[in-house]
Amino acid sequence: MDTKKMAIIATKGTLDWAYPPFILASTAAALGYETQIFFTFYGLQLVRKDLSVLKVSPLGNPGMPMKMPFGPKWFKSINWNMPNAIQAIIPGYENVATALMKQTIANNGVATIPELRELCQEAEVKFIACQMTVELFGFKHSDFIDGLEYGGAATFFEFAGETDICLFI
Amino acid sequence: MNFDKELDARGLNCPLPILRAKKALSEVTSGQVLKILSTDPGSVKDFAAFAKQTGNELLSTAEAGGEFTFFMKKK
Repeated sequence: MDTKKMAIIATKGTLDWAYPPFILASTAAALGYETQIFFTFYGLQLVRKDLSVLKVSPLGNPGMPMKMPFGPKWFKSINWNMPNAIQAIIPGYENVATALMKQTIANNGVATIPELRELCQEAEVKFIACQMTVELFGFKHSDFIDGLEYGGAATFFEFAGETDICLFI
Repeated sequence: MNFDKELDARGLNCPLPILRAKKALSEVTSGQVLKILSTDPGSVKDFAAFAKQTGNELLSTAEAGGEFTFFMKKK
């Protein structure tokens, strides 16, 4: 039986959107898929050495419940709906939301992004960074983890054209 | 049931139980049995799907008090 293949294009650079590519890629690898992720535009943040740049923001994101990861049950179940205009003027709001999200992640036994990324690398998921957007955003190759390859759209298609599953995230 | 290795994946959430199981299976030989403990309700369907796709045999699935026990035989 031929090895199954999966390709993912990762285009988002926030803590929440870092999950789908790494979860799917690590799981695919565990299921025996040959897997590749192409990081482009804001997705480049996911392959930086410093992952503390990943934040999550409830601002302008009506789908995100804002709940406290501590305290008694009734307190945890409150959804802190806050108008965008108020969220926008509180300094450090994003940092607070990110810290709360990370605590929620830990409380639920969900893996961290550094952990999932490492599991992908251990499972030999191939990471490709889009050279054009690296330059566009003024990144240096030294900003990124080792083991990355740099390429363009044609590089992506070389592998993607042979895949069973191909996702844009 | 007899088993050769045990994996405690309690408290872990998707996809960690599967990833840890994959790793644990790589540490046993063909025909040996891995016992897996999990508290993730999603892991019931996930381990069945994992077995189906990887060819490892899921010998049994049991639930008791919110805890799941799987026995998986390595291909």
